[in-house]
Amino acid sequence: MSGTVNVRLNVNGVEHELEVEPRLLLVHALRDQLGLTGTHVGCDTSNCGACTVHLNGDAVKSCTILAVQAEGEQVTTIEGMGTEDNLHPMQEAFWNNHGLQCGYCTPGMIMAASALLTENPDPSEDEVRHALEGNLCRCTGYHNIVKAVLDAASKSSAPEVSV
Amino acid sequence: MSVTDHAPAGRHVGRVMRRKEDPRLITGQARYIDDISLPGTLWASLVRSPEAHAKIVSVDVSEAAARPGVRAVYTGEDMADLGGPLPMAWAPPGVEVANPEHWPLARGTVNHVGDPVAVVIGEDRYAVADAAEDVIVEYDPLPVIVDPEKALQDGADAVHESLGHNKVHEWSLGGGDVEAALADADVIVERRVVNHRIAGAPIEPRGVLADYRAGSLTLWTSTQVPHFVRLFMALLLGLSEDHVRVIAPEVGGGFGSKLQVYGEELLACWASRKLGRPVKWIETRTENMATTHQGRDQIAYTKMGAKRDGTITAFHVKIVADFGAYNMLLTPLIPSLGAFVMGGCYKIPNVQTDIVGVFTNKVPTDAIRGAGRPEATHMLELTLDAMAHELGMDRLEIRRKNFIPAEDFPAAVATGVIYDSGDYDKTLDKLLEHFDVEAFRREQEEQRASGIYRGVGFCTYTEICGLAPSRVTGPAGVGVQAGLWESAMVRVHNTGAVTVYTGTSPHGQGLDTAMAQIVADKLGVDPAVVEVVHGDTATGPEGRGTYGSRSLATGGEAVARATDKVATKAKAIVAAELEAAPEDIEVSGDRFSVRGSPDKGMALADIAGIAYIGAVPEGLEPGLEETTFYDPENFVFPFGAHACVVDVDPETGKVKVIRYVAVDDCGRAINPMLIEGQVHGGVVYGIGQALYERVHYDEEGQLVTGTFVDYALPTAAELPSLETDRTETPSPVNSMGVKGVGEAGTIAASAAVTSAVIDALRPLGVEFINMPLSPMRVWEAIAEAKGGAA
Repeated sequence: MSGTVNVRLNVNGVEHELEVEPRLLLVHALRDQLGLTGTHVGCDTSNCGACTVHLNGDAVKSCTILAVQAEGEQVTTIEGMGTEDNLHPMQEAFWNNHGLQCGYCTPGMIMAASALLTENPDPSEDEVRHALEGNLCRCTGYHNIVKAVLDAASKSSAPEVSV
Repeated sequence: MSVTDHAPAGRHVGRVMRRKEDPRLITGQARYIDDISLPGTLWASLVRSPEAHAKIVSVDVSEAAARPGVRAVYTGEDMADLGGPLPMAWAPPGVEVANPEHWPLARGTVNHVGDPVAVVIGEDRYAVADAAEDVIVEYDPLPVIVDPEKALQDGADAVHESLGHNKVHEWSLGGGDVEAALADADVIVERRVVNHRIAGAPIEPRGVLADYRAGSLTLWTSTQVPHFVRLFMALLLGLSEDHVRVIAPEVGGGFGSKLQVYGEELLACWASRKLGRPVKWIETRTENMATTHQGRDQIAYTKMGAKRDGTITAFHVKIVADFGAYNMLLTPLIPSLGAFVMGGCYKIPNVQTDIVGVFTNKVPTDAIRGAGRPEATHMLELTLDAMAHELGMDRLEIRRKNFIPAEDFPAAVATGVIYDSGDYDKTLDKLLEHFDVEAFRREQEEQRASGIYRGVGFCTYTEICGLAPSRVTGPAGVGVQAGLWESAMVRVHNTGAVTVYTGTSPHGQGLDTAMAQIVADKLGVDPAVVEVVHGDTATGPEGRGTYGSRSLATGGEAVARATDKVATKAKAIVAAELEAAPEDIEVSGDRFSVRGSPDKGMALADIAGIAYIGAVPEGLEPGLEETTFYDPENFVFPFGAHACVVDVDPETGKVKVIRYVAVDDCGRAINPMLIEGQVHGGVVYGIGQALYERVHYDEEGQLVTGTFVDYALPTAAELPSLETDRTETPSPVNSMGVKGVGEAGTIAASAAVTSAVIDALRPLGVEFINMPLSPMRVWEAIAEAKGGAA
């Protein structure tokens, strides 16, 4: 086994100091060391996007970067988006639009889709489809995922209504 | 989705309802196999063959075993105490099936790339992966068999030397007299239809965690069939079945590829018992592509006969099915599933399917979404298109002419099964409400004038699903060595909350929601208080799992029947309490009340109070819980009509799906939203096969498509939004009138897409093309049709 190094990460607003092998993937640090198992692994080649998280607000594939590369950065995972009682609008939109079936790709999809709306709050269907090109889903045929993202976009761009 | 969806049976059945499953899935709280750990868990990593076919000369594990953190390294010889090889559960009466032994770790030879040779077990996921690299295996290569047709030739080298040939079995199903009918036909068309190999490719790979302690075994495994896995773990490890618990946690998709009893499941259990520690193995995607069973891989020779007026009189197909290196659980059965519906939704009096199964040096094939029925539909629909062209008929006209008329149902067909219900004109009419053929033809002409080759393809299909009934599928019928009934247990708790145990094992289909809707209406409760539990052999009765679009038509009906039993007892309690006759008690809204006096009634919670806490009426047992085992009388036969529009770039051969319209009929809807979702996913599964996906082995048996870089799953960017609609023709087979819908889209789509590409390219002289319709394949077809050198 190789030696270890220390890495400081802010994950979902909480500071962590971890002792890791330099080769440890960020996704394994999140899952195995921090117990944040909502971020999934679906391939070995950065194609499927199930491991997508936010690094300083940008969507990144956490299987493609090392934990040490995230030193000092802000990481957000699906667990940091919203809870069952207080869902993030993108989570709510996936639920309302049947944007998931087995759910395995879903956390990565939600992270990729929410990063898209940060960049482009009012995307066209075509823009949504291209933005999600790096996230594979085998269940939904993407139809309801795209619908969910457009629904979330329309709600977030609508005027604020108090409830 | 139609906004007019109504709820005829009650407040919840028939309505769109958001899924009960989703809150845990969208918040990252669900637990899939890799999310589960136990104290003291050891990790396993497999050493797999890089050779397609070779003798194992030696295995040197010494260096790997000496690495820090490694606890054990095992080879096939170490597992001599297994009770037997991995199972194959199909024994068709009167048919000989060659079935060479298949072990979790190879013994003597490896027969495909990825065949496991040794396992390294140690303290850490990364450490065992490193150590596996240090296991030195010396191979002596053997001749490699890749082409299934060459494999059947006299003198071909054999995958299994002890067998001496590569033929697995021959199996036929037919009715009428195809030879005579073909001899009498005015017109005959023939095609060679290749249905290439695809990967199931759920986004979650497989994985297992086995924990043997104090004489009992618990196995968590990403499976569609926990009860089958329990049975075989018990048999092969010499354990009593009651001491084996198998749990399918959240399962990240299966598509048939987890309808299996895998060597890694057995290996982890065996190693946990040997080492006294939990053992975990999580499949990598590369392993998934090289070792998880795959699907399709059939070459069919079709021959269709018709009268000059377009009446189809005969359909005869001969199928060479490539099974890969071994038979797995149901490998040789799969093409047979297509044979039952080889006549499709057409009244063809003479239909015959002759199958020969073949071993090659590839990963085994087995059930993948549709399992035999996409292949049957593809070859039938494209041969029918060819017949229409030959006769100068419109493709829809020849379909209309040959549809089994609605008044014929239940309809006995030539293959010997009875289609339960159907109205094929109705689905096609509805399709044509969405898709204006005349307008399309005008548009097509205009596009051609500007150099864009646009085409439309149609598929009208029926399929056979709801797998059950045991009478037909079981040992005395087709020969599956398991009755395919389904179980359910409905338990009302003290407070009126309800737990439903189903023997199915859903993994994305939304059965938690659909079953809760069924139960809620029958017991007058909110679906929110109905918890559906599945995938744990310790929590309910014996079950059969989720596959073959069976979980609603067979599993859901079992739930309905168990709930009816609960309701009957509840009515007896209410009747005694309210001094009414039990037959006068009905469920109305959220109460069991006396017919005609809706103010006199009791909620389920009050009834449960009497059942558990108060005193039940004389003659009744306390408690409110019932179990059912349901074995239907027949299969169910969903059907539909699909249209696909594609644009083909004749310069590059690139195909783009412009529009896809699907009208499906899966009987009564429980939750239309779930149906729509299944159709979307199913259709894209078929589009994926038609255009992008192909498992490719080169001439040396090397897997060329070993990752998602090389194996192209469709992405959101390639696809249009899909248009869906339904008709509802109830099934008479079950009380709810439901059929299955998990596979329907896949069964229809590859034919619709391929038909569209042929339609687009007809002006260029292309008459037929086999999938996958990659740019290269399409470009070559165009070049060939033009007569030029490709």
